[in-house]
Amino acid sequence: MKEKVQNIVKKFHNDRSRLMDILLDIQKDFNCIPDEAASIVATLLNMSKVDVNQTISFYHFFSKEPVGTYAVYLNNSAVACMMGREEVARAFEEEVGTSFNSVTEDGLIGLWDTSDIGMNDQEPAAIINGIVFTNLTPTRVKEIVIGFREGKDISEMVDKYGDGQNSNELIRSMVNNNIRKKGPVLFSEYEVGMAIRNVANYSPEQTIEIIKNSNIRGRGGAGFPAGLKWEFCCKSGGEEIYLVCNADEGEPGTFKERVILTELPMLLFEGMIIAGYALNAKEGILYLRYEYKYIKDYLEDVLQQLRNLNLLGNNIAGKGGFNFDIRIQLGAGAYVCGEESGLIESMEGKRGEPRNRPPFPVQKGYKNMPTVINNVETLSSVVKIILNSPEWFKAMGTKESAGTKLLSISGDCKHPGIYEIEWGMTINEMLEMVGASSVQAVQVGGPSGVCIDPSQFARSISFEDLPTGGAMIVIGENRDLLKEFVMNYTDFFIEESCGSCGPCRSLTVILRNKLQKIMDGKGVKADIDELYEWGNYMKQVNRCGLGQTAANPILTTIENFRPLYDSLIKTDDDFVSTFNMEKAVADSCKYVGRVPKL
Amino acid sequence: MDNTEKIKFVIDDKVCYAEPGQTILEAAKSNGVYIPSLCYIEGVKPPGSCRICNVRVNNRNLIACTTPVAEGMIIDNDIPELNELRKAIVEMLFVSGNHFCPGCEKSGNCELQALAYRFQMMVPRFPYEFPEKGVNATSKYIFHDRNRCIMCKRCIGKVMKDEKHVFAYNSRGGEHLHVVMDEELASQLTEEEATEAMDICPVGAILKKERGYYSPIGHRKYDKESIGSDIEKK
Ligand SMILES: Cc1cc2nc3c(=O)[nH]c(=O)nc-3n(C[C@H](O)[C@H](O)[C@H](O)COP(=O)(O)O)c2cc1C
Ligand code: SF4
Ligand code: SF4
Repeated sequence: MKEKVQNIVKKFHNDRSRLMDILLDIQKDFNCIPDEAASIVATLLNMSKVDVNQTISFYHFFSKEPVGTYAVYLNNSAVACMMGREEVARAFEEEVGTSFNSVTEDGLIGLWDTSDIGMNDQEPAAIINGIVFTNLTPTRVKEIVIGFREGKDISEMVDKYGDGQNSNELIRSMVNNNIRKKGPVLFSEYEVGMAIRNVANYSPEQTIEIIKNSNIRGRGGAGFPAGLKWEFCCKSGGEEIYLVCNADEGEPGTFKERVILTELPMLLFEGMIIAGYALNAKEGILYLRYEYKYIKDYLEDVLQQLRNLNLLGNNIAGKGGFNFDIRIQLGAGAYVCGEESGLIESMEGKRGEPRNRPPFPVQKGYKNMPTVINNVETLSSVVKIILNSPEWFKAMGTKESAGTKLLSISGDCKHPGIYEIEWGMTINEMLEMVGASSVQAVQVGGPSGVCIDPSQFARSISFEDLPTGGAMIVIGENRDLLKEFVMNYTDFFIEESCGSCGPCRSLTVILRNKLQKIMDGKGVKADIDELYEWGNYMKQVNRCGLGQTAANPILTTIENFRPLYDSLIKTDDDFVSTFNMEKAVADSCKYVGRVPKL
Repeated sequence: MDNTEKIKFVIDDKVCYAEPGQTILEAAKSNGVYIPSLCYIEGVKPPGSCRICNVRVNNRNLIACTTPVAEGMIIDNDIPELNELRKAIVEMLFVSGNHFCPGCEKSGNCELQALAYRFQMMVPRFPYEFPEKGVNATSKYIFHDRNRCIMCKRCIGKVMKDEKHVFAYNSRGGEHLHVVMDEELASQLTEEEATEAMDICPVGAILKKERGYYSPIGHRKYDKESIGSDIEKK
């Protein structure tokens, strides 16, 4: 083992900041990160072992114990559950003979829960040894488990490839794109390389000016104007500037980037190259979530094609000094690494704990250098702005929200998938577009967004009204909103919080327990008020967006669906004044062999 | 430096002056204004993890230990709304650990307990969780009692041996995160380093072995004066 681990560490130049890559390789070779390997890494990198373990234990797809020769990671997000995840999970447990979050005695099969994997349009879905299996049914589970027992290669078990590039020999995946509506920005025809050749004729400042004029705002959720971010970064004056593309796509319900990465990687990389030019950056990094590892070889190949076309590398498009290259950094399963400063920490080989701000990443980011982080969709859109014009872009959408938006729509609708729409569409129009009727609620922007009721369906999807990173979940009339959504989402945040901020760590659990109390019919009126009051603390005190929005599922449903909560309150009392004495002393009575005298 | 070169700011209606680069918390401190905090410790990059030093500037909540003070800032600190929020955070820390103060060696010198007194906490508004935690007593001079650990990160940032971290976080999230001690490194700490580690910890989670109850009741740090009063007296 020693030699193997040494070689891996050497491959990454004994560089501590490449710890993620080192651990990813070890995990791949040993199907876990054995304790001994962690010790060797610690010694070689001159770190304490608890420090190495700190990174290992943070990420869902790193494990110190073997995860099974066949490791099944079954999505447990709300939409997966809507689509029959529980039956699939039971089928796995029955066929395999072990329960979730454990491995069979012979070490052959491990079953694991996992947060959203970006497949909401084809759930239930699981990742098995890096390969995605979609639309699972109990019958399909039986076949898969038989395959495990026969020792089949996992890729042999994919019987049918998805559409588009999913069948490319470097992807070979059963995932479907489900592109339902192509819009004028992302999905319009264009000539590869033209935009890069165009900007090579402008100065970096002119390029930034064009992006500023287009009014494009970040598509990752926060909506910060992209041109302004680039300008701030240039003014920070560091020796190096880095460009990072955020492809962590972890918000439950979003999967648009999966499709861009599969069908439009050239467009995305061109956008990165243009940004690199504008920022005078030499290195761009695509931070790719582990769940999308199955696209990585294909993306590497596209990068090579770009190098062959002289659109990446040195003297790009024949322009002296236009040097820029892109590397792909794989994550290892942590939603909070989508938060830009958590992402930087992760790229530096650490636990993905968001940083305190200031300084902002544009001032001090990756390796303490000014760093621009943009979303996949933002960077892809940039290319079309250059090719057409800022005016062309601004003519679409609304005043504050220029251009188009790619929505990932899933849940109770006929046509789940991705839709490129102009900003400004109303929820009613959207529901009609996706074939949804009898809708109880729409979760706008995923769990960190808002849950709205039908009286608000005339509102428009825009930064002015209902901003969204793109996740739209349609919740039908017959769903149990609190159990299937609010509880699921709250559990998600508890699991995914980095835990550093006291309130984000503790209050999420306290809120969940109180919600459970209400759902169990044991709540009083004051419990709802406290839930709301305490939930509001979260917004005010936590360091990053995760903690600040973690109470949103509770808060926005109390605001918009209050009768649901009220209906669960069975008493007019101010507090629960009785408790079951017999039950409370049962345990101690058992041990001392007494019968309670009541 | 006279006041003309300094940064002028106002906190709780008091006009104050700061050196450039000072954080709100440091600047307030040097002007005799106490901003309650738990994870901040002088000379270490502030972890910003306890979130107690929340202040309000322009209706926005900011963390005083990590935000540099700026010219003309008008800061609200000692206002009922913020103190209520801080008290709630202190209560959260009590219910999510196992803090049995009367039996704790740090009682009277504990910053968590002292803040609870300062905010006049009677009983936490949140239900106790009584989580299962653990104790690590493998090292020669110290033991680490996770029941009392509030995961403030002070030890992670400050306790080093041969430039390596003796303490680190493990796992993540609301239910699994904890702080662990590197057994190998911790066993190499000298007696002096162990005492330092204990003093860094705001609560009784890092304790020096064979020390026990050091000073009698009445002579402990927060027995007669509340936490922060040393700053306010200046
Ligand atoms: C918990 C959390 C998760 C996030 N996840 C993502 C993500 O997966 N992808 C993304 O682009 N932005 C994500 N963001 C927003 C990023 O912090 C950042 O604002 C964004 O990447 C900037 O790109 P943009 O300006 O192009 O939108 C997340 C933010 C938070 C607080
Ligand atoms: S808010 Fe939550 S996720 Fe964000 S830094 Fe704080 S503890 Fe970590
Ligand atoms: S052991 Fe003490 S110093 Fe370290 S994190 Fe816990 S409470 Fe803070």
